[in-house]
Amino acid sequence: MLGRTASSLYWMSRYMERAENMARLLEVGYRISLMPGAIEGHRDEWRSTLQSCACDHGYAQKHDEIATAKVIDFLIFDEDNPSSIRSCIKTARNNGRAVRTALTRDVWESINATWNELAQVKPSSMTADRLPVFLEWVKQRVMSFRGALLGTMLRNDTYHFSQLGNFIERADNTARILDVKYFILLPKATDVGSDIDMQQWAQILRSVSGHRSYRWFYRDSHYRPWLISEFLILREEMPRSLIFSYGWINRGLQGLADHYGATYECHRQASETHERLRTGRMENIFQSGLHEFLQDFINANTRLSQSIATTYNFP
Amino acid sequence: MTVVFNEMDGGGGTPREPYAQVADWLKTLSRADVDRALREAEAIFRRQGITFAVYGDDEAAERLIPFDIIPRVFAAAEWRKLSAGIEQRVRALNAFIHDLYHRQDILRAGKIPHEFIIQNEAFVPEMVGVMPARGIYAHIIGIDIVRVAANEFYVLEDNCRTPSGVSYMLEDREAMMYLFPELFAQQRVAPVENYPAMLRQTLESVAPAGCNGEPTVVILTPGIHNSAFFEHAFLADEMGVELCEGGDLFVDGGYLYMRTTQAPKRVDVVYRRIDDAYLDPLTFRHDSAIGVPGIFDVYRAGRVTLVNAPGTGIADDKSIYTYIPDVIEFYTGEKPLLKNVPTWRCSDPQQLAYVLDHLPELVVKEVHGSGGYGMLVGPTSTKKEIEAFRARLKARPRNYIAQPTLALSTVPTFTKSGVAPRHVDLRPFVLSGDKVRVTPGGLTRVALKKGSLVVNSSQGGGTKDTWVLED
Repeated sequence: MLGRTASSLYWMSRYMERAENMARLLEVGYRISLMPGAIEGHRDEWRSTLQSCACDHGYAQKHDEIATAKVIDFLIFDEDNPSSIRSCIKTARNNGRAVRTALTRDVWESINATWNELAQVKPSSMTADRLPVFLEWVKQRVMSFRGALLGTMLRNDTYHFSQLGNFIERADNTARILDVKYFILLPKATDVGSDIDMQQWAQILRSVSGHRSYRWFYRDSHYRPWLISEFLILREEMPRSLIFSYGWINRGLQGLADHYGATYECHRQASETHERLRTGRMENIFQSGLHEFLQDFINANTRLSQSIATTYNFP
Repeated sequence: MTVVFNEMDGGGGTPREPYAQVADWLKTLSRADVDRALREAEAIFRRQGITFAVYGDDEAAERLIPFDIIPRVFAAAEWRKLSAGIEQRVRALNAFIHDLYHRQDILRAGKIPHEFIIQNEAFVPEMVGVMPARGIYAHIIGIDIVRVAANEFYVLEDNCRTPSGVSYMLEDREAMMYLFPELFAQQRVAPVENYPAMLRQTLESVAPAGCNGEPTVVILTPGIHNSAFFEHAFLADEMGVELCEGGDLFVDGGYLYMRTTQAPKRVDVVYRRIDDAYLDPLTFRHDSAIGVPGIFDVYRAGRVTLVNAPGTGIADDKSIYTYIPDVIEFYTGEKPLLKNVPTWRCSDPQQLAYVLDHLPELVVKEVHGSGGYGMLVGPTSTKKEIEAFRARLKARPRNYIAQPTLALSTVPTFTKSGVAPRHVDLRPFVLSGDKVRVTPGGLTRVALKKGSLVVNSSQGGGTKDTWVLED
């Protein structure tokens, strides 16, 4: 396989995953902005949404003030923003197009149809009542893409590179969401939060579609910051947790090792991170600092991405 | 006004023999059936991304080439004659290119003025003395043919560089078989779907002599923004070969390699879909970012085969076109089986004078142009357009040739106001390697505008499935 093909598969999946995550973040942000009386300062919410997707600097370069309509436009349509939903789908599709020969017809048609439909959506049409339907559509399209990939692709290097992109992006995303709000997750004298705390906690879980599964998993009607952190970092059962993502990353890298008959530095890096998560305990993480832990994780994840690119000759 | 030959019309309300079945089938189709089929065809093409980009358009505006569901049909006997003429022409073209880059016997014999070759931009001096595998230069040729009567065909032009459109030929057939399977059950239509396999055989057959084992073949594309990118990806997929961009290939130790996820892999045959000028920044255009530095030296050393060879454009240059009948006789010793369209060379003052006097009835083309740009179709142009063109022609007469406006044959086509005749041409694809292979049929392009003679997709042309019936 060409190094460029591997790179395109990797980035195609990363950008599709990013589009889905962006849709979730927007859903949450938009919910908050609809409740002006309920929570003061929804501008702060948009600010942390922009931080969670690392779009805050880009936004500040274009806009002076944080306004709901501007944020939504920036995160959905703005082609100057490489992480806007439109940019994500376009980049994913361009990558997919460049390696069409490596994709099954189902995967290609799924990604292509998504772009064709999205290209028809006019920014001016994105009124308040249409936004939830649109974001739901984005999530559905990404799931259709992932379903086609899981259901039709041969389990060879093509598949492994696309899975690596998918889960490195997801791990990055979950870690950033946690890090932006880490201070409200820190243990307090009392474990019972105020109304505002409860809202904030619910929001973190919602942005990874985990608010219901949290309740099922912990059998608890209260959100507890300690458990939320554990759920999103250390629980294998949670499909957007860091450890879950690293399970897939490790399997993807193992798949490549089997396929090519060789392991490299990136394999060691990934299993080291996975091992840290597997043996990690929340009390230790809190003790040495949640923020520091997440920063370390995000940096290690970025280094792994670069290491994979170098090892497999991405251009 | 000459009579336009309608390929389906046998006179007296009966269809011509090859179209009998299609005519019966058409009667059974309701407008609703047709609309449904056209919608389905469009959905299939769009979903698969069978689009082309029009230069100058917004990138988002990837267009579909319109597809018409009424096939264009040739009888077996008609095709045998055409096919023989095509094969003869292709053999002569390859012999011609070989000669131009070696002994130049044809120039010594005085058949073509020396300066027409040597001063021609399409002549690539770097190719002089280079001997490609099997002595073949133009491995893939598309010959544009028009028909004006039951037994009268003309070659409009030869495409010896990188002819495109073969993916439409294949996808049009796929679409027809999907939409109307019963049509193919009723009669035997020669299959075209083995074209990719034949192409791969052809490419492998011209691997360098030093290549041991199974040759590694790749397609070289300028990338996803090229107007024909879909076709590049389609052919790579159908042949099961890697689709490379320039950056994926590199030269090391006198050989060509591709960058893979593991060790570099030797490449033996490159079916390149980029122009000569951009192929190698060390030999040709230095500013080319899409080529492969050093690839031409590897080629000259006989360690990789480029398909088509650089410099084949000298054979399809429009200023050379007028000499092709002589070329065929010179190399085959036979009379040409396929005729050229009578052509005036505007470089000749007498011929130019005639052209200037008859602009409203002529088609005038740029010698180096393609894609239907920069041409004048006299009969369908306004006085203003003709005068504007006259000025351009007078300024640079050497740049132009002129031909009579041919009454291109028509085939019934679905239009907004029902079935109506529309003008067509034909581009058969010919492969030359261990042997010459002519695909049965080819790509039929149709001018969808009423009365229009311009079939180019960039100018509103569409395509039709092309059938060659078997005996």
